[in-house]
Amino acid sequence: MMAVESDKVTADVIEVSEFPHIAQRYRIYAVPKIVIDETLEFEGARPEAAFVAAVESVAGGPAESEEGASSSGDGRRT
Amino acid sequence: MAILSNADRDYLTQLFAERLVDPVKVRLYTQKLTQLSIPGYDCATCRETNELMEELASLSDKIELEILDFLQVRQQAAQEGITEIPAIVLEGKNKGKVRFIGVPAGYEFATLIEDLVDVSRGTTGLQPLSREILGKLARPVHIQVFVTPT
Repeated sequence: MMAVESDKVTADVIEVSEFPHIAQRYRIYAVPKIVIDETLEFEGARPEAAFVAAVESVAGGPAESEEGASSSGDGRRT
Repeated sequence: MAILSNADRDYLTQLFAERLVDPVKVRLYTQKLTQLSIPGYDCATCRETNELMEELASLSDKIELEILDFLQVRQQAAQEGITEIPAIVLEGKNKGKVRFIGVPAGYEFATLIEDLVDVSRGTTGLQPLSREILGKLARPVHIQVFVTPT
């Protein structure tokens, strides 16, 4: 869904049992596993807000907080 | 032999008729069945995916299926960042890229259908705050969701 909404998002759904080398490269032992920009990863489904926050922490939102990577729901603390 | 059951076909035909708005291009990078069989390039799931996508596309005029033989369009595939097949790329009113790698079986199939609808409509069920955050992303981001057929 996020890719539908944002031109900055590329979203791939990858069925790994066909591609063991990919499963190995990303160390997929449990699914679903989500990897964002090869840097942030988590397993299991997450509620929408948490998932979006994770994406934001990697891709950066508008520069309003000095810390940058903290991903809380409202993101308004400075 | 069809992959989708009659009940599934009926259900999806109706769903597409009700929910699809604009046409969606579905680009399938696969291995077309040829007489030559090149060792090392056998794609075990391509045949099934080809058949599944053809069946799916037959259920609605708004699904425009383009089947490309990966080995013949290497440059185009590389440009789109496709390195494994089968690979399905959805194109419609989505702003970013939506791709499925590997046969869309099980839960992934439901996601494919949902995405087809979202791409056709240009909207999703995301919350307004989520959409706002996504609109303000500073740089491109690549989300990969790894699944297995269930």
